[in-house]
Order: sequence, then C-alpha cells, then structure tokens
Amino acid sequence: MNDIAWIDAALTSARPRAVSALLRYFRNLDNAEEAFQNACLKALDSWPRNGPPRDPAAWLIMVGRNVGIDDARRKAKQQPLPDDESLSDLGDAETAIADRLDESHYRDDILRLLFICCHPELPATQQIALALRVVSGLTVPQIARAFLVGESAMEQRITRAKARIAKADVPFETPGAPERSERLGAVAGMIYLIFNEGYSATGGELPLRAPLCEEAIRLARLLLRLFQNEPEIMGLAALMLLQHSRSAARFDAAGSIILLEDQDRSLWDKAMIAEGLALIDKAMRHRRPGPYLVQAAIAALHARAARPEDTDWPQIDLLYATLERLTPSPVVTLNRAVAVSKVRGPEAALEMIEPLAPDLSGYFYFFGVKGAMLQQLGRNEEARIAFDRAIALANNAAEAAHIRSHLDRLQRDSAPA
Amino acid sequence: MLYAVLCYNSEDTVFSWSKQEEEAVMTKLIAAQEKMAKAGKLGPVARLMPTTAATTLRKDREPAIVIDGPFAETKEQLLGFYVVDCESLEEALEFARDLGKANPGGAYEIRPLAVFRPGDLKSEQLAR
Repeated sequence: MNDIAWIDAALTSARPRAVSALLRYFRNLDNAEEAFQNACLKALDSWPRNGPPRDPAAWLIMVGRNVGIDDARRKAKQQPLPDDESLSDLGDAETAIADRLDESHYRDDILRLLFICCHPELPATQQIALALRVVSGLTVPQIARAFLVGESAMEQRITRAKARIAKADVPFETPGAPERSERLGAVAGMIYLIFNEGYSATGGELPLRAPLCEEAIRLARLLLRLFQNEPEIMGLAALMLLQHSRSAARFDAAGSIILLEDQDRSLWDKAMIAEGLALIDKAMRHRRPGPYLVQAAIAALHARAARPEDTDWPQIDLLYATLERLTPSPVVTLNRAVAVSKVRGPEAALEMIEPLAPDLSGYFYFFGVKGAMLQQLGRNEEARIAFDRAIALANNAAEAAHIRSHLDRLQRDSAPA
Repeated sequence: MLYAVLCYNSEDTVFSWSKQEEEAVMTKLIAAQEKMAKAGKLGPVARLMPTTAATTLRKDREPAIVIDGPFAETKEQLLGFYVVDCESLEEALEFARDLGKANPGGAYEIRPLAVFRPGDLKSEQLAR
C-alpha cells in the first residue's frame, strides 16, 4: 500500500470521530464538514513530509478547528490568514489536545452525528444517504451509484436532507441514559437500513451495492467499540456479518437468486462467520436477547449447518417464536412458518400463515411461501394460483425468475404422462 | 533466541481497507514471511479478530468480573503476532522492517520469549 492509499484509509477511519467533534465545536453540519475537508487538505500536504501523526483524528480535529476559527475571523474582519507554519507546528500540541479531548465526549459526539442523520422527519432513503455522505464520507457519485440513481438527484436528496437538519433542533447537551439508549436504537436501525440497501441488491447490481453492506458493518463495529457492552449492537454486527458471509453464494452467473438450501456453502466467508459467531457468544452472556440478537442467532444456525439437512430447524422455530414475542409482525410469523414446515410439515405451516392473508395480500414472499407449501401437499392448482400472484408482486426480475422456476416444475409434475 | 513480533495498528484504519488493499497487503506480508519460513525460522502466526470480538476477565477482585471488549483501550490495538527464531535482535528487527514495508502505520513490538510450547493445535481447528 502506498502513502496515498494509507493516508486515504486513515482519513476515512478518522472521519466519524473528527467530524462529530467538529460538529460539537461549530454546532453546524456544513461548517463541521468544511473544517474537516480543509484539515484533510492540510493532512495531504503535511503527512507525506512529516510522517503520519500518532493520532490522526486528534490532528484533524485540531487543524480543522483552527482553520474553521481562522475562516470565521477572516470573514468577520477580512484579516489575512496566519501563515501555514504556525498551523502545522503541531508536534507537542497534538498530544496535549488529544488528552484534552475527553474520551467519553467523543462517544456521545459520534452517536450524535449518527443520530441527527436518523431524524424522524427524514424519509429512510434520505437518512441513509445523509449518513453515508456525512459519517462515512462516501462521495455523492459513490452514493448515487449504490442507490442506482443519477448524481444530480442524489446531490439534491442530500442537500434537502441537510436543509431539514439545519432547521431542526440538534441536541448538543450530553444525553442521559434513557436518551442515549433511544439514540442507540435509532442509529442501529439506520445502520441496518444501509445494510439492507446493499443486501437487497440483485445479481447485476451487486458489485455496485455490496459496498453498502461493508460500510454498514464498519459502522456497526465503530458503534460497538464505543458501546462495548450492548448485546443488541453485538447482535446487529453479528447479523450483518452472517448475512454478508453468504454474498458470494447468493446469485448464479445469470444473476438469479440461489436459495439458502441450494447455495454452495464452500463459498460462504468463514472469517465473517467466525466473527459473527464470536459476537453472538458474547452477547448471549447478557441474557437479555433483543430482536437483532435473535435474528443473528437464527442466521448462526444456518451458518453452522455444513449441509442443509443438518440445519437445526426446531431451534430456529423456537427462536422465531421468541422473535414473535419481541416484535410481533405477520412477516416474522411467515418466516416462522417456513421453519414449522420443516419441523411439523407443510400442513401446520399453511395453517399458521392462513390468518396472515389480509395483512400480507401485497407481499411477494407470502405467496411464494404459500405456493411452496401447497406444492409440497400436492395441491398443484392452488399452488399455481399462489405462484402467479407472487410473480405479479415480485420486486425485481430475479424474484420473478425464481418463482417462474417453481411454476415450471409444477407444469412438469402435472403434465400428463 | 525466540522472539514474538506483536503487531499494533489502528484497527479503525486496518478495517477501513478495501478488499483490494487488504489483499495487496496480505500478499506482501506472506512474501515477507516466506523468507523466514524457508530458513525454518517461522513459528506460529496469528491474526486476531477486531477488539469488538474480545472479552476480558478482570481478576484483580473477588469474584473476577467479565468485561466486554479488550483489556486496554489504546489508540493502536494488538491485531496479531508472529513467533520467529532469530540469531539476534537485529535479525528480528529486519523481519519486522520487511513486514512494515507491506503494512504502513502502527508498530511492531519485538519481545523475546521466556517460555515457548508450540502445542499441538492444527490451523484447521479455526474453521470449526
């Protein structure tokens, strides 16, 4: 890795901490971002000559703050800038400022920065775009590519989101325990949204959108380092690692979905699985499972099965029952029904999903599952109707193609001999 | 003399590497190890999961308590280690310099071993 690549990685990793501290100083997102940009420019000039600082984030915060203050003064008085030398004389000062940056502060700083991106007035897509821009430092073209929209549309989306944030009250006081945990919950939800933006990508889009999954995992690790004893954050990180571990096996060459039970398990990423399992182990010790942890535990049972037939379905059924209690929703029950079909057969599963029909009448996956259950029971005509309905509701070509393969099989099975 | 080469770096930075950067670094690190391996001087090599996967047992009180996270909060984290057999500190430093060329930033602590039992673990045991 050359100098520039290393500096780039150092700037990226220092960004959340630096921007969030600058936001606390300037109390304005645009000023904080601008100060950070200016500090980065100075870093690109100074680091290759003087070597990297011991604490890149502290260096960037101090330089960004100085430049920002000078900027404000200059605008106020039209005074000339102090020469560069006085700014770059940071050797000893850097250690001092790093000490003064209260470590407990920056935990709340980063949480605040992430939290303002989840402002309830912002639609989910704007929240994610804003977080990727401000916290992760992705460029507008990068974000636009990941969302499959044009650059100017994305630029607009981010500008609009920022304008809304500017008008809203940003809470700068140090949060109390209940606020902190509320913020943590909102931020975790947003990180999972970022992940799902990447995860829901289909075949051809995958190379463009998979970086979203990696970014979400990076943010979750960041959050977990700040809040080390939160089992739900461990669960979130584990859930994303376990899901992402399968990414090389999820689509065939033509971009069609490969179902879990048909995936080539040797393509699953063992390092990600190992890290996910380690995090679940840690989280379970806290004995207060939340929705992310339970979903991670379900993903872990799939990850542990060397072959599909080794899957511990009874345990998955139990975990889904827990999830139903924690977050009751027809979609959770539908997922549980799949486990039930493996444990107690398709009849029991059908019985379970029948009452969901009114809630899920517009949901692709509902008719996919229903069709599969009916097909297993040999009720082919009803299965065909369900599959037809699923195709009509498919969100993308890959989903439709997958259902069509079921229909083809039905056709073959019911063709007169 | 046996030395442990302990690798410290900012895990924020290391885990911000792109896949390509990561692969490039790994290729160079393996090349740097090859020299030692060929000379029969390379012992166990370990790369650690991020500190978020760590758990600490504090035993300076009764009963000992379990804490989520690494033992020490530091700017640079222990991310892995090598055990090598070197003629001199200079040779161990040379190995660390070779590794360093592949992998900017951070530090290597070169620490002589007092006891060494290689044990009989196999690397395949990681996959379980």
